Amino acid sequence: MTATSSRRKLLLMGRSGSGKSSMRSIIFSNYSAYDTRRLGATMDVEHSNLRFLGNMTLNLWDCAGQDAFMETYFTTQKDHIFRMVEVLIHVFDVESEEISKDVETFALCLRQLSDYSPNAKIFVLIHKIDLVQPGKREEVYSSMMQALRETSKVYGFPIQGYATSIWDESLYKAWSSIVCELIPNMNAFESHLQHFAKISEAQEAILFEKTTFLVISHASYKTADMDPKRFEKISNIIKTYKQSCSKMRSQFQSLQLRGPGCTIIIENLTSNMFIMVILPRLEVQRKESHINAGDEDIVSLNIKAARKTFERLEMDKAR
Amino acid sequence: MSPANPTVFIMGLRRSGKSSIRKVVFYDMQPLDTLYIESTSTTTSVQLESFTDITFQELPGQLNMFEPTPETDRLFQEVDALIYVIDAQDEYLHALANLQGILEYVAEHRPGLQVEVFIHKVDGLSDDFRLDTRRDIEQRVNDELIDADIENQVSLSFHLTSIFDHSIYEALSLVIQKLTPELPQLENMLNLLCQHSGIDKAFLFDVRSKMYLATDSSPVDIQTYEVCSDFIDVAVDLDNLYDSSGPEAGRPMLCTSILNNGVVLYLRQMIRGLSLVYLMRRESAQKLALVEYNTDLVAEGLEKLYAAKRKSRIPAAS
Ligand SMILES: Nc1nc2c(ncn2[C@@H]2O[C@H](COP(=O)(O)OP(=O)(O)OP(=O)(O)O)[C@@H](O)[C@H]2O)c(=O)[nH]1
Ligand SMILES: Nc1nc2c(ncn2[C@@H]2O[C@H](COP(=O)(O)OP(=O)(O)O)[C@@H](O)[C@H]2O)c(=O)[nH]1
Ligand SMILES: [Mg+2]
Repeated sequence: MTATSSRRKLLLMGRSGSGKSSMRSIIFSNYSAYDTRRLGATMDVEHSNLRFLGNMTLNLWDCAGQDAFMETYFTTQKDHIFRMVEVLIHVFDVESEEISKDVETFALCLRQLSDYSPNAKIFVLIHKIDLVQPGKREEVYSSMMQALRETSKVYGFPIQGYATSIWDESLYKAWSSIVCELIPNMNAFESHLQHFAKISEAQEAILFEKTTFLVISHASYKTADMDPKRFEKISNIIKTYKQSCSKMRSQFQSLQLRGPGCTIIIENLTSNMFIMVILPRLEVQRKESHINAGDEDIVSLNIKAARKTFERLEMDKAR
Repeated sequence: MSPANPTVFIMGLRRSGKSSIRKVVFYDMQPLDTLYIESTSTTTSVQLESFTDITFQELPGQLNMFEPTPETDRLFQEVDALIYVIDAQDEYLHALANLQGILEYVAEHRPGLQVEVFIHKVDGLSDDFRLDTRRDIEQRVNDELIDADIENQVSLSFHLTSIFDHSIYEALSLVIQKLTPELPQLENMLNLLCQHSGIDKAFLFDVRSKMYLATDSSPVDIQTYEVCSDFIDVAVDLDNLYDSSGPEAGRPMLCTSILNNGVVLYLRQMIRGLSLVYLMRRESAQKLALVEYNTDLVAEGLEKLYAAKRKSRIPAAS
C-alpha cells in the first residue's frame, strides 16, 4: 500500500435538501439538530478532511444535490468524482416526491463506481424517518430497501441500509457502521477490549472515537434485558453534553456515575479514544455506603495499563 | 394562606404560548413539536410534585378584553401567583390591554398578588431588540398602572422567555421559589455548603422539570445553569440505560464529571425527585470526602425541613 493509504475517500450523495450537509455537520462539526436549519444549499462539491483516530483521514466529498451540479458528476467530472472511492453514502429523503428519480441517480452512481471503484462499500440512508408516523416506519424503510437492493444487484454491489434522522440517535448507528468499515484491524480492537472488560469484571466496555463519539467497538458480558439501541444513544447523550460543555468554553474530559444499581466510568483511553466501562451492581456487602471507592480506582488503573496497547493498535491501523 | 397546594395561573391571549410552556416544561415535549398543539379551550392543570407541591392552571386564552365573571371571582380567591404570557413576536398592544384589565381586577380583588409577566418567544428577536421590547413593555404597563392609580396594589416582575432555551426554566424557577416558604432556610444551607466545601455554585434542582428550587447567593449565570441542567440529563439518561434496579435500591445516585478547564460538576440525588448539583474547581474536588460529608448534612437538613413541612400541613388538611 502507498503512503496515502490512511486517507479515505467517502462520497456523500443524494438529492438537494435530503440532509447530507446536516448529518455531516452533526457528526463531525458538533452542530446540534437545531443548528442545521441554518445550513444553506451546498454548491458543487464541498471537501472536508477529517482526522479520525489520529492518523486516519476521512476525505469526505459532500456533493451538492441540485440537478445542475448532479449532471456534471456523471459527465465532465465523472473520473474526478468516482475514482478511488472507498465508501459511497447515498442519502434518500423519505419525503421525496420523485423517488424513482432518486433511485435512478443512485443507479448512475453505482454504474460509475463499478467502472472507477469496484471495491467501494455502499451505504444507503433512508433519511428524515422522523417525518413518517412511528407505526409505518418499518414498512416504508423495507419497501425502499427492496427497491434499492434490486437496483444495486444489477451492478454487483451489496448494500447496507439504515433508517436515519437527525432528531434521534439513529444517525450515530449508521455513521458508526460506516467508519468501522474503514478500520482495518477492527478485530484486534475487539479482542483487546474483551480482555480488558474481563479483567475489570465489567458488564460492558465500549470504545468511542474522541471527536465524533462514534462507537468503534464494544465488549459485552451481559446482554439480557439491555437496550439494543444503547450504543447510539450513548453517542447522542455524550455528544449533546459535549456541546453543552463547549458553551462554557471547555471540553468534556471524564465522567463517573454511581447509580443505585450500576457504576459507569468514562475516561480518555488514548489521545483519540474514550472508553466507557460499566460495572454491575455490587450486591449486599457494600450497600451500606454509597461511596464504594475502590471499584472506580481499580478501573482507572486498568485503563492506564491498557493505554499503551490501544495506542499501538491505533498506529497499526495505518500499517 | 389557603390550606391547599399553592396554585399558579397561566394566562395570556390565544397562541401566546401557554400550552407550549406547560408541555415543554412538564411533559418533556420537544419545542418544535409545539407547532402542532391545538388551542386549549378549558382550564387545564398540571401538578408539580416536589419539595413544595404546586398546581399550575392554564386558563383558556382570551381573544381580547379580560371580563370577570362570578367564576373568576371564585378562582382568584384561591390563586397564589399569576403568570401572564405575552407573545413578543407579535403585535402586543392587545395583550397589554388584556393584562391591564387583569391588573385592575387584581388590584381590587386580590391586592398584592404576585404577577409574573413572561415576555415570550424571544428566540426570534435579536439581543438588542429583546431588551428594547422588555423596556417598552415595562414602560407601558407601568404607565397604565399609574394612570389607573393602582401601582401600589400589584407586585409585578418581568421575564424574557423562550421554550427553545433555558430561559423558560429559569423564569419558572423564580416563580416557584417565591412560593416556597422555606426558601431562606434552603438558601442558607446552600450558602454554608459553598463556603465550607469550596463549591463555586450550587443548585437544588427538581430533576424532572429542570427547575431549581434554590441556589446559593452568588449570582446565577445562565450558562452555568444550562450546563448543570444538561449534566443532569447525562447522568439520568446513562443511568436509565444500565440500571434495572427499582427506586428502592440502596444508594442515591451520585455523578461527577471533569472538564478540561479544571471545572468539576457534581450531582447527588436527594429526596422527592430533587438533586443537588454543584460546580467547583478541581482543587476543591480533591477534598471530595469533605464535600460528600457536607452534602450528607444537607441531605439530612432537607429531610428534616420536609418532615416539618408535612407535619405542619396535616392539621390544615383535616
Ligand atoms: N425532519 C428532518 N429534517 C431534516 C433531517 N435532516 C436534515 N433535515 C433538514 O433538511 C434541510 C436540508 O438539509 P441539508 O443538509 O442542507 O441538505 P443537503 O442534502 O446538504 O442539500 P444540498 O446541499 O442542496 O445537496 C435542513 O433544513 C435540515 O434541518 C431529518 O432527519 N429530519
Ligand atoms: N418561536 C417560538 N414559538 C413559540 C414559543 N412558545 C410557543 N411557541 C409557538 O406558539 C404557538 C402557540 O402556542 P400555544 O402553546 O398553543 O399557545 P396557547 O394558545 O397560549 O396555549 C405554537 O405554534 C408554538 O409552537 C417560543 O418560545 N418561541
Ligand atoms: Mg448540502
